[in-house]
Amino acid sequence: MAAHRCGLSLVCILIFSSLAHPSSCDTLEKANDNTAEKRSISEVNTDGSVAGEALNERQWQSTDAEVDRSDSTTHSEALTPAAARDEFQEELVIRPLHSGDIYASFQFRTLWDTDFLQEGQKVSHYRLFPKSLGQVLSKFSVRELHISFTQGFWRTMQWGQPFIPSPPGAELWVWFHDTVSDVDGNWKELTNVLSGIFCASLNFIDLTNTVQPSASFKPLGLGNATDHRFLRYATLPREIVCTENLTPWKKLLPCGSKAGLAVLMKSEKLFHSSFHSQAVHIRPICQDEQCSSKAWELRQTLNVVFDLHTSGQGKKEWSLFKMFSRTLTEACPLASSSKVYVDITDNPEGELFELSPATPLLGQAVVLGDRRTYSVYDLSRAETFGQLRSFNLLLRWKGDSGDMLRPLLHAERYVAGFGLQTGEIHTVIYNNHPYRAFPVLLMDSVPWYLQLYIHTLTVTSKSRDNKPSYIHYQPAKDRHRPHLLEMLIQLPPHSMTEVTVQFERALLKWTEYTPDPNHGFYVGSSVVSALVPSMVAMRTNFTQDQPLFSSFVPVKEESSYFVRVYTEPLLVNLPTPDFSMPYNVICLTCTVVAVGYGSFYNLLTRTFQVDEPSPPLSKRLANLIRRMRGVPLLT
Amino acid sequence: MPEKQRGRYAALAIAAVVIVVGIPLWWKTTETYRAWLPFSEISELDSLQLQLSVDIEVVFSRGTLTPEQQKKFPLSHVNEKEHQVDAKTGLRYKYETRYRTATIMEEDALNQPTAAEADLSLHMLSESSCGSVVVYVIPESSTLLPEDVKVYVGQRRTALLRSPPFKTSWNLKEVLSNLDVEVEQVVSTMSFGHQDIVAALSNRVRMTKVTKESMADSMRAIKSSPGYEITFSLLNPDPKSHSLHWDIEGAVQSYIQPLLNKLAPIANFSVDSQILYYAVLGVNPRFDNSVSAYTLSADSLSHVINPVEARLGSNAASSNPVLNFLLYVPDAHHSPLFIRDHSKRKVPSNAFHSPRWGGIMVYNVNEMYGPEAERPVDININMAKVMGVFLAQLRLMLGVQHTHPPTGFVLQSPGSAGLADWELDRLLWSRSVENIATASTTITSLAQLLDQIGNIVINDNIAQQVSSAVTSLQSAVAELEAGNLAFALQYSREAILASERAFFDPSLLHLLYFPDDQKFAIYIPLFLPMCVPIVLSLLKIVSEAKKRRADKQAKSD
Repeated sequence: MAAHRCGLSLVCILIFSSLAHPSSCDTLEKANDNTAEKRSISEVNTDGSVAGEALNERQWQSTDAEVDRSDSTTHSEALTPAAARDEFQEELVIRPLHSGDIYASFQFRTLWDTDFLQEGQKVSHYRLFPKSLGQVLSKFSVRELHISFTQGFWRTMQWGQPFIPSPPGAELWVWFHDTVSDVDGNWKELTNVLSGIFCASLNFIDLTNTVQPSASFKPLGLGNATDHRFLRYATLPREIVCTENLTPWKKLLPCGSKAGLAVLMKSEKLFHSSFHSQAVHIRPICQDEQCSSKAWELRQTLNVVFDLHTSGQGKKEWSLFKMFSRTLTEACPLASSSKVYVDITDNPEGELFELSPATPLLGQAVVLGDRRTYSVYDLSRAETFGQLRSFNLLLRWKGDSGDMLRPLLHAERYVAGFGLQTGEIHTVIYNNHPYRAFPVLLMDSVPWYLQLYIHTLTVTSKSRDNKPSYIHYQPAKDRHRPHLLEMLIQLPPHSMTEVTVQFERALLKWTEYTPDPNHGFYVGSSVVSALVPSMVAMRTNFTQDQPLFSSFVPVKEESSYFVRVYTEPLLVNLPTPDFSMPYNVICLTCTVVAVGYGSFYNLLTRTFQVDEPSPPLSKRLANLIRRMRGVPLLT
Repeated sequence: MPEKQRGRYAALAIAAVVIVVGIPLWWKTTETYRAWLPFSEISELDSLQLQLSVDIEVVFSRGTLTPEQQKKFPLSHVNEKEHQVDAKTGLRYKYETRYRTATIMEEDALNQPTAAEADLSLHMLSESSCGSVVVYVIPESSTLLPEDVKVYVGQRRTALLRSPPFKTSWNLKEVLSNLDVEVEQVVSTMSFGHQDIVAALSNRVRMTKVTKESMADSMRAIKSSPGYEITFSLLNPDPKSHSLHWDIEGAVQSYIQPLLNKLAPIANFSVDSQILYYAVLGVNPRFDNSVSAYTLSADSLSHVINPVEARLGSNAASSNPVLNFLLYVPDAHHSPLFIRDHSKRKVPSNAFHSPRWGGIMVYNVNEMYGPEAERPVDININMAKVMGVFLAQLRLMLGVQHTHPPTGFVLQSPGSAGLADWELDRLLWSRSVENIATASTTITSLAQLLDQIGNIVINDNIAQQVSSAVTSLQSAVAELEAGNLAFALQYSREAILASERAFFDPSLLHLLYFPDDQKFAIYIPLFLPMCVPIVLSLLKIVSEAKKRRADKQAKSD
């Protein structure tokens, strides 16, 4: 009930008021009053339980309202439902990987023919589009929003390219509408709201880890905004993704996890995997080919890589039930299309593996520069589910799969050097294309506590200096903003390009260290964006019936396709002090001051008197004898 | 002994430097910043004396008074009542009544065939100010009102009162005192009753003397806040068999918006709606053979909401309280579904509400299609029926109380506006008092807290918020006293906003936990070695001085 929501602030009231009146109970009772209706009723009413009961009854009251019976005839009118202005699609792509793992990619798309950013008209009535996100879009004037939560690292060399790449941890990039005046303020508030919606620590995004890339992150949707003042990009490489992030993500789906493909998302299975990534992408797109009107697209994606090879005792077979411990029984009734695709490109004659149930439907799609063949299962048809009314896809391997083609573009990164003072960041980018050179955009965002020496930046390919044709470097400001380095590098065919830059580690203030500073500090992934030459002609035209996974990134030209590759995040050790230091320092300083002061004081206040030198021992003895004898003493 | 003298002077000089420079420097540099707060004015607010002034106009139409009695008009009369609610809170009601005879135009207006028309044309003649009440006394024989009706309360701020039988021999005083009781009843219906005001003070005063009725009313109404979010949710647990369509946009425009426009002076409202699929209630309804329908009993209603609530979500874009109105369409296997009240009767509206949370209405659709209909069945929801219920619930939540009029009273229903002017006035009265009570409690407890804990930093912005809250509060009390209801509400809203902002400012928490023992543990390594020599040499100097004086005395003796 409402009490949950205001619980936190009430705790504050409680603390405050109890501090204010440690002895009086008036204010405490006031706080209780607000805490929960039920409790306050029973507490305030101390004079009689009967009265309390009477009020408890009032808690849930039937509403007496004059019910308008007059126009009840309208029910029977012929119904012509207005054309739905929003639609929902769901899709699952399963691709057996060469390593024996299974890549499952869910995509849910909600299209809504409305404009959140239109002046004077507030969007407030939601059907399929989640209300919480819609409110965020209109409140913060967001043009485009991309957020991803990833656990694990996508191994491009073993698995190929993912449909939608994402770096480990959390990544958020947002294009604001160009009417926003205070972009940083909006960004701060937006991250706080999103961290509430997704139950993640996005509130740790602040100016020290936010950058404004000039070229790497162009809007994916409508509108060719180029002014990167309205773009904000931040990653939290340390963010751990778990069920508490999945639950709110599932809640955004119109069918929740009650029907359709989303029933497969059981967190204990999804997180028992080698790679897990969930994302939300919102952008304005064209509604039709002529692009006469704008529609908003919400794309929710979830990518998982299951390592069934090791968990299945070496047997290479999988089924939906084995992966998700569920089977499919129905499509989401709200979805206009609901399909399962299985990649069978490597298995044209069925010699490699066997799929059951078999489907007569085959689909072809050009994804990531490659024409792939898919078996398509349409969940909106009853016959997909067969006699048992449940759909459990089973794949049994017959032979060993061949070697996978190396992905055309691949990147990795590591830290070199020794000691705690300096180091060197190496980024290695591979172009595996046998004869084509192509340019890539490398973007690096390095926290301020690694002080980059940009004069040491070297780019070498094939042991020759490779001069980047475009460099955008924004130096860091201590405790204010990170380094941003963007470069356009031409990669020669079949080559390895190495980018190195040296850095020095800064000493942090003692409150700036994380709770476990000896674990190290994360540096987010570098982003390599490129237009990679395609093996087959890409389709540049926009069609509705394209599968979702092949239509995310708009294709501008036939001969190449857009790829984004994220490198590993770095873990860098910083010089870590002893944390009992402050008190020690205080004690030491005080002791030094006290000793200095003490001797100084001593010097100033001591009185120096000329002391009468005492006569030597022989003289004293002589005097003693003289006194006994009665002769005058010696002086 | 000049050398000894020098040492003594050096010790004294160091002690003087430490005392004159060192201690003030240490004091200044370790001081917490505390801006000045108007403590004296706040303590004045602690004991609150509220005066509520109502302007009443009693207009006698032709045929109610003899010319003899009319001679003394116009006449005014002030009536004051005082109540001491508790030791620190007092209430004074000031009723300023003016008596006059009706103008010719008003006479014309009163000659309309029905009371409603008379009410409208009286409204056209003159606009009465916010918070005032006009009572028209019409002759006993008037046909404007039905036989057994004594008082008719219109949609605006006017009431028609059938005059009780006057004897022509009475003088004016007797007539007026005879009328007084009835006028008072009208005023307490249209303006405010003592119970409502006391209930509105519940933030300040422990509720002991309040009737259950008004307490329930005040607990049902959502707390005063600068804004509210109203969310309509359509729950469709079974999208496979029902495809529901509701024209919420149009319905909000035609049913809810007029009411909200009327309430605009009280708070900002924003309305939104959503459709939730597969949202189920928390209890399984029981099948009742006698009516061949599923029923929900009143006892189980409290368990209904919790699973739904998790889906509703809070408003991402603001932190105002949310009022939820849910329209639940039971799935095909559990319909029809009816709600039964405590006496096991079917609730005619099939709806219920929860205090300060919102309301739920169950909307059965099973009669709208036959068994052979193709699934999912398209169903258009009759928004007139739904909005009638939600509007009634919204009025309850907003604290537009169900007034129980005394016998013989007829209240004109507010019509399309959703709210009569006098109902708004009642709300304004109780909201102003409630705001003043809440803001004064907040400010006084904040002042007490800051007074007691000296470690809390008081920044300038907090001091500014506190002062602005105090001035707004004072203005609100003054406006209430002057009878300017609209201004009083506005100032009280400003006061509550400023006081809450000051109370919840995060900067207040910064130095809260900085206990003295830890502070001294830090200081001791510095203070102890520095102070011990100074103190010792001072002691030595003092003892030497004593000795010298004793020597001197001995010498002089």
